[in-house]
Amino acid sequence: MSTFLGMPGVPVRGPAADTAVGHLTGDRPFPAAARDSLADTQLRRNLAHATSTIRAKRAAVVTEVPDWEALRDAGSAIKADTMARLPELLEQLEANVVARGGTVHWARDAAEANRIVTDLVRATGADEVVKVKSMATQEIGLNEALEAVGVTAHETDLAELIVQLGHDRPSHILVPAIHRGRAEIREIFALEMPGVDPSLTDEPAVLAAAARTHLRQVFLRARVAVSGANFGVAETGTLTVVESEGNGRMCLTLPETLITVMGIEKVVPSWRDLEVFLQLLPRSSTGERMNPYTSTWTGVTPGDGPQEFHLVLLDNGRTRALADDLGRTALHCIRCSACLNVCPVYERTGGHAYGSTYPGPIGAILTPLLTGLTGGDDPNDSLPYASTLCGACYDVCPVKINIPEILVQLRAEHTEAHADRHRLPTAEAAAMKAVAWSMADPARFARAGRAAALARHGIRRGKPLLPLPPPLNGWTASRDAPRPSAESFRDWWARTRGPSS
Amino acid sequence: MTAREEILSRIRGALGDTPSRPDVPRTHRQQGVHRPGTPELVRQLIDRLEDYRATVVRVAAEDDDAIGQAIADALTVRGIGQVVAPPGVPRAWTGRLADVVVDEASIDARTLDRIPAVVTGSVVAIAETGTIVLDGATVCGRRAITLVPDTHVCVVRAMHVVQTVPEGLQRVDPRRALTFVSGPSATSDIELDRVEGVHGPRTLIVVVAG
Repeated sequence: MSTFLGMPGVPVRGPAADTAVGHLTGDRPFPAAARDSLADTQLRRNLAHATSTIRAKRAAVVTEVPDWEALRDAGSAIKADTMARLPELLEQLEANVVARGGTVHWARDAAEANRIVTDLVRATGADEVVKVKSMATQEIGLNEALEAVGVTAHETDLAELIVQLGHDRPSHILVPAIHRGRAEIREIFALEMPGVDPSLTDEPAVLAAAARTHLRQVFLRARVAVSGANFGVAETGTLTVVESEGNGRMCLTLPETLITVMGIEKVVPSWRDLEVFLQLLPRSSTGERMNPYTSTWTGVTPGDGPQEFHLVLLDNGRTRALADDLGRTALHCIRCSACLNVCPVYERTGGHAYGSTYPGPIGAILTPLLTGLTGGDDPNDSLPYASTLCGACYDVCPVKINIPEILVQLRAEHTEAHADRHRLPTAEAAAMKAVAWSMADPARFARAGRAAALARHGIRRGKPLLPLPPPLNGWTASRDAPRPSAESFRDWWARTRGPSS
Repeated sequence: MTAREEILSRIRGALGDTPSRPDVPRTHRQQGVHRPGTPELVRQLIDRLEDYRATVVRVAAEDDDAIGQAIADALTVRGIGQVVAPPGVPRAWTGRLADVVVDEASIDARTLDRIPAVVTGSVVAIAETGTIVLDGATVCGRRAITLVPDTHVCVVRAMHVVQTVPEGLQRVDPRRALTFVSGPSATSDIELDRVEGVHGPRTLIVVVAG
């Protein structure tokens, strides 16, 4: 395979993620999927309760940090610096992991990453693996790939377990089962968890205890674990997993073999940089001063933990996002999910409507940056529009990703892609062209103003008297049509201030 | 071309010739206002640990016998007679306990699962976040022993208590396998209600000495 390196100095996009493998694309555009979510009152109650709880917790623990803004500035700059020298940092990370007894693999896309991991698991002879919650392995559909070769993947994070036992999909980055209430979770456990006491109650403590009992035996016998990584430190070769339940520690400690799948953007230059992210992440994410457990390991530690360690570095569309100055900043994301919890759209639709492993505001930019915008009927083409552009996500982002600005840029890109692909422009593009034509000439603009004034007779109480033809009825279906004034501004000016000079 | 070469080439292509490197501002606090081990920090650490539902036992002096007495009292109250301890834990800490298994790497996870408690030291504690750091050295032990037993008794020496996260990270060696512990294991996965006690030790007893 040849690689086109392009003109000197001109960034060249890497290939888009292959959406045939993994979970970056849903089966319907956002508006269609959102309609179902909005009709589900139980889901909306669960989401409203959960997001309001976590918002309040986050706000309280962020307020008590006197240098929060300085930490955000540092976090943002560290990530920008990382992206600017990504090749050397990845090579440094690799060298340090190898020097400490680990093996590093590189995966161009989801299919290649899945192949590497399944081959490694099969080489151990194990027919099951324990998994630490990981966005990257969800993105590439690793569980399905393992299943296809006869390997059972046990999700061990409580929320991931709820999703897995419920034959469901994750709907939130941090709390994948946020769409489920306690009564539903009790039902899932009673029906699906092997050996569970069927009379268990829906108390969260009782449900957590049931998960502990169920998984303890799995942890004690597991020979292979698969994890993601929150950070990989280039300077030392140190990998980091941030978690709460201890399931991560179990996976990172007890098995003989550990396989970690990490997106190439998760590298940070130095150990010292963790002092910034280990402050930003837990407070933004769970609203805690610190998460219960953070594990760091460097290659293999003799006599302590897995004696075989593999690191799989994953591209899968990341070099596509990297080529764009603004889109590159979406790769700064540390997966805290604060943007989901404050988003008025996410709070009402939940995560499934986005169709991607990455939902919410960050998903609405990251997903199309990884997969590309087709201008056709790809569901991901709808994601840049799944936002009100209110900016709440930008305010809470611990690494200051300007999500609204990227959304606007992606909308422009989508309009261009659509125009390239279709001979007919979008209705919006046609309307804009008509506006441009009338505004280009003072006489035409004056006539347009008077014509608009006439249209007021066709609108009563915000509704048109006659049904509007598509696409205009799309606007008035959920909004009032503004009633134009009886007189245009120009006519009013001419009448009250005399003829214009 | 190997995947490695191709991905590195893609990255270089995506960045163009001269990606600009920003200066990284580090105007955040590098250290707290209190010196390590001061009473203010010990108080703050205890406040944070109790907020996470850890049990804190205060021992006035950094005296190994007094620490041993506190550990024995805390475990006896809970009806625990057997513990595992790493080889570097002072004998005085576990001297009053009936059954002490000194860890050797040969103890497998299933055996550890039948031992109710573990006694270890720690290398540093961060007051602002209520975090205790274990570094796998002889006083902390390998990672499995502080994970599998259901009760973890951890000794923190007051002189090891620092105020901020940066101070904590400066005091540990990243080449070791580190575990940062902030309270007992917990989950917020059900309706974002915090529940203490999932897979890691459900009871964390911190003996703060000095």
